[in-house]
Amino acid sequence: MSYYGLVDGSDASLKGFLKTLSGVDQVGADARAAMLATRSIKTTSKRWAIDTAISMVDLTTLEGADTPGKVQALCTKAVRPDPSDSTVPSVGAVCVYNDMVGIARQHLDLIGGGHVGVAAVSTAFPSGRASIEVKIQDTKDALDAGASEIDMVIDRGAFLSGKYIDVFNEIVLIRELCGKRAHLKVIFETGELVTYDNVRKASFLAMVAGADFIKTSTGKVAPAATPPVVLVMLEAVRDFYAMTQVRIGVKPAGGIRNTKDAIKQLVLVNETAGPEWLTPSLFRIGASALLNDLLMQRMKMDDGYYASPAYVTID
Amino acid sequence: MSFEYAPAPESRSVVSIKPKYGHFIGGKFVTGAKHFPTINPATEEVLSHIALAGKAEVDAAVKAARQAYTSTWSKMAGKERGKYLFRIARILQERAREFAVLETLDNGKPIRESRDVDVPLAAAHFFYHAGWADKLEFAGLGTSTKPHGVAGQIIPWNFPLLMLAWKVAPALAAGNTVVLKPAESTSLTALLFAEVCQQAELPAGVVNIVTGDGSTGALIVNHPGIDKIAFTGSTEVGKLIARAVAPTHKSVTLELGGKAANIVFEDAAIDEAIEGIVNGIFFNQGHVCCAGSRLILQESVAEEVLDKLKVRMAKIRVGDPLDKNTDLGAINSKEQLLKIRELSAIGDSEGAQRWSAPCELPKKGFWFAPTIFTGVTQSHRIAREEIFGPVLSVLTFRTPQEAIDKANNTPFGLSAGIWSEKGSRILWASQQLRAGVVWANTFNKFDPTSPFGGYKESGWGREGGRHGLSAYLKGVGHE
Repeated sequence: MSYYGLVDGSDASLKGFLKTLSGVDQVGADARAAMLATRSIKTTSKRWAIDTAISMVDLTTLEGADTPGKVQALCTKAVRPDPSDSTVPSVGAVCVYNDMVGIARQHLDLIGGGHVGVAAVSTAFPSGRASIEVKIQDTKDALDAGASEIDMVIDRGAFLSGKYIDVFNEIVLIRELCGKRAHLKVIFETGELVTYDNVRKASFLAMVAGADFIKTSTGKVAPAATPPVVLVMLEAVRDFYAMTQVRIGVKPAGGIRNTKDAIKQLVLVNETAGPEWLTPSLFRIGASALLNDLLMQRMKMDDGYYASPAYVTID
Repeated sequence: MSFEYAPAPESRSVVSIKPKYGHFIGGKFVTGAKHFPTINPATEEVLSHIALAGKAEVDAAVKAARQAYTSTWSKMAGKERGKYLFRIARILQERAREFAVLETLDNGKPIRESRDVDVPLAAAHFFYHAGWADKLEFAGLGTSTKPHGVAGQIIPWNFPLLMLAWKVAPALAAGNTVVLKPAESTSLTALLFAEVCQQAELPAGVVNIVTGDGSTGALIVNHPGIDKIAFTGSTEVGKLIARAVAPTHKSVTLELGGKAANIVFEDAAIDEAIEGIVNGIFFNQGHVCCAGSRLILQESVAEEVLDKLKVRMAKIRVGDPLDKNTDLGAINSKEQLLKIRELSAIGDSEGAQRWSAPCELPKKGFWFAPTIFTGVTQSHRIAREEIFGPVLSVLTFRTPQEAIDKANNTPFGLSAGIWSEKGSRILWASQQLRAGVVWANTFNKFDPTSPFGGYKESGWGREGGRHGLSAYLKGVGHE
């Protein structure tokens, strides 16, 4: 692999490359995210944003209690989020554990949801604490079951102890396994990396190693996709594009529960990475409860009043 | 795909503007003799007619202030004065939206700034100084202090209500009474503040507001019944005032122009530095005396910073100041617009390279696109003279000492900015910079507890904090 000509795969070259990145000032990043949160998105632009956000949702269920029935219901909702309104777009993908991938793919195809992807969380999600052999097998299982997207977690322990090359090599390995079969999303668990400097460093590390998407969180740790963290990642993909002419996607996940939060994310994208990123192929939102709030707000915009929650399907 | 933000205008219905205003003297609104129009600089719509105070009105205001000083305000216990200031602060908060909309209409600044910066900071100044009113023995002038008496205060058009608060709050806390003159193009929020004084039941004559132009200002400065002059405005006028008061008993504070250096070192957090550069020069259309109008960039990162700055500037939303998504509003007056154009043309003719953000400017009103000049050197006029508009001059340096030398090579010294992730460099640079305020990894941050003021031709004295308060007091024995 060429790693975009930025590193040669050695520990020294990776460390050297990461050293060239400028730092992130926390106060300044927080202030910029807070300022962008004051944007007032109304009427036609709100309607556009809601539909765009729906098409970007990775509708997620990652519970020990997941069953085939639960996953099939999720798939039905993903294809047609509002059964009473066919103008509502399908979501971007469903996101499940790897033993549910086959069931999800099969059901989606059965109900005419061939255009909806299946994302599998992988590499000993959510902690990433397993041997590399286990992580490889985890990914292979998901790919063999028909996953079109792999959401892998990085080894945060390795990252925090400065073993960047171990994190890098794992991503490279999983990237090779995915080949052309699946898109690779790399999850940082930013709530465990804590500093924005680390988020920026992890973003570049993952992009150079071959990530198609960089993703904030597993949804199992708080804080997750806070606006400043997403801001820092959007700045990273923008800067990476300037270096390589390759656009890497961003997926905030965790903590985005209502329409207001989702629209704030789209404003961040629009004014940071730029409007080119406002497409499901470059921006996804990992969420479960969000979709119904988007649907409620969409109905409200059409009808002029808030409908009873009974008009929105629970799954 | 494109994400166009639909118009999101703040409603004008919260303000009611009278067709004509008088002066506020002795706790009452009195009619003026002559009037001049005040306009909305974003549309050139005439908002109202403002009275022009002559000798008679200024005399009456000074008399009312003296009367209130002698009979009431100087005799009142500090804790009682403090209650009035707390009351004013709370009313400003309660009527915040009204003040923000009126400020934006009269001044042209974006509602996001009047709502999030001007009005909350104005209230904060009253809250802060309210707390001082009964603790003046801790102001650093000994255990026994006295107010000056009647303060004459002349304020500029860039932050009309906020500059009023900077002047009125410490004066009142210290026990002075005031005669204040707002700038001729932005009198409306001062006149609304007069209503707040009535609502707070402030004793008559403690605050007097006379409107007018430079001639009214001169009457205040030269009035024998005034004990202290506080002025914020241009260095040119500041020098005239200093000359005028020199042979008199009046004490004076001046807050004047600036040409602040914003220094970006190669180890800066670049994305946040870009935000700081933008905030430094494009906040309030660059109508800020402490604006970071000289960007001094380390050559090793100059190209990267300028590329990113241009991308960021292209996203600045210029237009209707009442729209909640507007970042850059209207230039305050035609006169100021002409001055910005003139100095920019001089930049062109001196060989600097102009780049302006590709934005569509409204047809009516006074507008100037966010602009940078690169290839600027110390000997360019646009590196030396205050433009007071959204125009940034970019210079470069090779070594830290060179940055400091360039930053200090100016007759001004109001503020400076340092961008670096290296703590030792920040401490070293801030000790070298001859500027009253030095911001590190931020810019244009204001707080009532922090003294603000300039070195050299940027002014005399400080405003804010204990230092600012002490300008309105004298230690007993200093009379």
